Amino acid sequence: MTQIDRLTQARQAGEQLHHFHGGLRLRHNKKISCELPLEPMPLPPRFYVPLLQHSGPEAKANVSIGQTVLKGERIGLGSHPGRGCIHAPTSGTVKALARRAISHPSGLEGLCVVIEPDGLDQWKKLEPIGDWNNAPPSELRQKISDSGIVGLGGAVFPTSVKVEEASEKGIHTLILNGSECEPYISCDEMLMREQPDSIILGARILQRAVGANRTIIAIEDQMGAVNQALMAAVTESGAGDIDIVTVTTIYPEGGEKQLIQVLTGLEVPSGGRPSDLGLLCQNVATATAVARAVVEGKPLIERIVTVTGNGISKPRNLLARIGTPIECLIDQCGGYTENAARLILGGPMMGYALDSDSNPVIKAANCILVLSDFDIRPPQAEMPCIRCGECARVCPALLLPQQLHWQISNQQWDETAKYGLSDCIECGCCDFVCPSHIPLVEWFRFGQDQLRSLATDRKQAEEAKQKFEAREARLARTKLERKQRMDEKKRALRDEAERKRKLAEAVDRSRSRQDKEA
Amino acid sequence: MLPAILVITILGGLFGLGLGWASRRFQVESDPVIDQIEAILPQTQCGQCNYPGCRPYAEAIANGEADINQCAPGGEAGIIALADLLAVEPKSLNPANGEEKPKALAVIDEMVCIGCTLCIQACPVDAILGASKYMHTVIDSECTGCELCLPPCPVDCIDMVVKDQGTGDWKWPKPQVIAMNLHENHP
Amino acid sequence: MSRKFATGGAPHFPPHATISGVMRQVLLALVPGIVAYTWFFGPGILIQILLAVIFALGFETLMLKVRKQDLRLFLGDWSAVVTAVLFALCLPPLAPWWIALIGMLFAIVLAKHLYGGLGQNLFNPAMVAYVVVLISFPQVMALWLPPTSLAGQSLSLGETLTTIFSGHLPAHLSWDTISEATPLDAIRASLATGQMVSEARMSPVFGNFGGLGWEWIANFYALGGLWLLWRRIISWHVPFMMIGSVVGLGLVGYLADPGSNPVPLQHVFSGALILGAFFIATDPVTGCASTRGRLIFGAGVGILTLVIRRWGAYPDGVAFAVLLMNMAAPLIDRYTRPRIFGQ
Repeated sequence: MTQIDRLTQARQAGEQLHHFHGGLRLRHNKKISCELPLEPMPLPPRFYVPLLQHSGPEAKANVSIGQTVLKGERIGLGSHPGRGCIHAPTSGTVKALARRAISHPSGLEGLCVVIEPDGLDQWKKLEPIGDWNNAPPSELRQKISDSGIVGLGGAVFPTSVKVEEASEKGIHTLILNGSECEPYISCDEMLMREQPDSIILGARILQRAVGANRTIIAIEDQMGAVNQALMAAVTESGAGDIDIVTVTTIYPEGGEKQLIQVLTGLEVPSGGRPSDLGLLCQNVATATAVARAVVEGKPLIERIVTVTGNGISKPRNLLARIGTPIECLIDQCGGYTENAARLILGGPMMGYALDSDSNPVIKAANCILVLSDFDIRPPQAEMPCIRCGECARVCPALLLPQQLHWQISNQQWDETAKYGLSDCIECGCCDFVCPSHIPLVEWFRFGQDQLRSLATDRKQAEEAKQKFEAREARLARTKLERKQRMDEKKRALRDEAERKRKLAEAVDRSRSRQDKEA
Repeated sequence: MLPAILVITILGGLFGLGLGWASRRFQVESDPVIDQIEAILPQTQCGQCNYPGCRPYAEAIANGEADINQCAPGGEAGIIALADLLAVEPKSLNPANGEEKPKALAVIDEMVCIGCTLCIQACPVDAILGASKYMHTVIDSECTGCELCLPPCPVDCIDMVVKDQGTGDWKWPKPQVIAMNLHENHP
Repeated sequence: MSRKFATGGAPHFPPHATISGVMRQVLLALVPGIVAYTWFFGPGILIQILLAVIFALGFETLMLKVRKQDLRLFLGDWSAVVTAVLFALCLPPLAPWWIALIGMLFAIVLAKHLYGGLGQNLFNPAMVAYVVVLISFPQVMALWLPPTSLAGQSLSLGETLTTIFSGHLPAHLSWDTISEATPLDAIRASLATGQMVSEARMSPVFGNFGGLGWEWIANFYALGGLWLLWRRIISWHVPFMMIGSVVGLGLVGYLADPGSNPVPLQHVFSGALILGAFFIATDPVTGCASTRGRLIFGAGVGILTLVIRRWGAYPDGVAFAVLLMNMAAPLIDRYTRPRIFGQ
């Protein structure tokens, strides 16, 4: 299929629904957190804002201890322009720049800006873009960059980088991902039900920022109320360039590549991006954050967090600010139940466990899930693989998990690259069906990291080798040049000596002739 | 009896010829062994193996002069990879050639450096920036951790610093196998 | 006051499938077939199953101890029991007890543990055992019983037990009167004497399709197999291709030469074909992993079975066909690797 054909097919996104391979039908468990309305969180006694909240290196603190900051003031600068700046969640004083738990999957500590609120919650001077409809797209993209917006679906990739790269390639369709496929998580559903206007606004702004001419909002088929709310907001807002498409609820429908396959029937090329097909995919919450940043001038300082699970007394969705300790959210939900056993940031399939609820809310925190001891996996003995093939049957990326597992255990890294380990989206479907209870997702996360560091090591080794060879060549050359110079000198000296000798002979001859004549 | 022997012999001859032709026709082009060995070595060029660089060590292994367990920066992983390639038994690292350490980078203490350029001349990959009577500094991304710059420094101002495990370097760990493992289980 | 938690890896849901669960469902699916077998041929087969299971578990315990592996974990996965039952279902009901012993020795010790244990064996252990016993003790393995409805004299439970444990029949009986050739044996013998298949079929050992009694057992095996399909324990590729290729090739043979080739359905309901299609060739460890590979594997077993039945030295070719395809499975897997997303 040529690129032109692919683009043509991509333009017809949403007209016909396709299927992706594999996937699982899981129990949703979302209703329990949708019963209570969305509620903003009260201010906690202290905010602990981590400087690492995006994919990439840690941001650098922009403030000093004792400094007073206003709400929305920039407190962390990303290492590259457009990559991950951090803003203060409220007005107050910077109490410390401390290393503490930052809700990282490793459990390692990182640098946090500790802010004590002064209770006034005063915004900094807001600078919205008044007439965004006529503002140049580059100005819109710059605003997104300055507002610290990252992908709020969980990957926290800096949105401005994605949007910048996408606009360079040319985008015809914007896809807003509202199909939250992981069980328990309902923050996007809540957002779509209660604030659909902001999503539509965000869609329009993003469309203008990347030059797309239509938007598709993808929602799941069991989100009935959402559909109506969104439809109403779309018709109210006017123009007919936004379509709402309902997709079937199969995990991991909400994965970017899987959603694109369902909407267009195309597969994002391995190692490529959706922008290669002229598509840009953003989470609905990211779109809302963009709307807020452009129209109100407010940077990203809060997000909707679903607090749910059998370990929570009153599950619900909360509007929480970045840096709020998770224990405050738990308290707001009535505290833990008796048999709360595991604290997870994210969903039950792809989320990671945290060791303490003093960890803060970060931009990636779409859900705080507390499972009871009945729900979680007890440590199961890992049996040998019986090659049943269930893992390959459910893999949405069409991989062979049993082969990959074998290769990673035996450190056959070149083979894993050939079998597509880097294409694994870590959805956990294979793990869920394995009768031998092999922790496949842990193996593949380990394997992908090893593969990446191996590639880096190899590259460094190659560069070191080239430098070494260049140095050897240079030393050999200098040696040769020195030798040539010495030879030149010797020759010149010999010539000089020869010339002097000839001159002396000539003088001698002439003198002896003179003597004879005299 | 005789016809059977004749037939088997002829068949054997035909198959042999066929195999010979196939081995030529379907031969896979592969790198000479020296290049393959060199690709496994970490290119630190440190000389701990008693050879002046990774290529001479690779050549020595290929000639059978050197053993596969002399490379400390390559560590156990490197020895196992060499053993796999050459189809020999892996051994543990020869302690006479150093010990396996986490990768460290050289850092020059600028308060002490006298600008003598002896370390610049010693560095096998030209990772030190500087000139006579000017401050010297090690370029982090180029340093291989070979430690050849430490001995020549007359004021001993170079330290090997291990990069600390921050969130930037963190990698997902290998899953713990809970079931009894063949090699590790002893009642 | 902050609260600490123990951590664990994702996904955080409990797994719903276990190896022992899969194995037990396979055994459950075999029960209808075993009941039918006992109905038609007497209780001998139950004794064989019991013996095989005891010996299998015994050898498994021994090998697990030698290899220093966890006994409860690996005995509790029921895989040795499945091997034993499948092997026992291939034996003549009155086979002496040491047949099961030798069979399980080869299956568990040689074909399974010496190759690396669960999940690592190259050849199907039950089939290895059966082939070893068949080739080493051909006379004993040829002493089949006719269905009880046809038998002139049938044995009581006590006589069955004594026969199996002593190795010879009670005094007042002899093998000539008791045993009778299986339908496949009958066909082979008739063809050798120049009879046509249709004449051979006149013999009372034949029912409507396959052998009398045997076809009903095959039906019940098929029922169990379909239940396994519904439960997603096995996939449809291997049974479909195996039976399909037998029907297809059998049809070609029948149309070409009805004298020496039976109706395709007779092939399907004879011998161990249905058992093999749903229970033996679908063994995940020794079969192919990719779906295209499984189709080829199934077709291969079917075709080889027919070839061996028609031209080979043994009446039933399923066991040999399975072992031959086990050999080819890694190669098939290599060339039928599915395409990766986006490539």
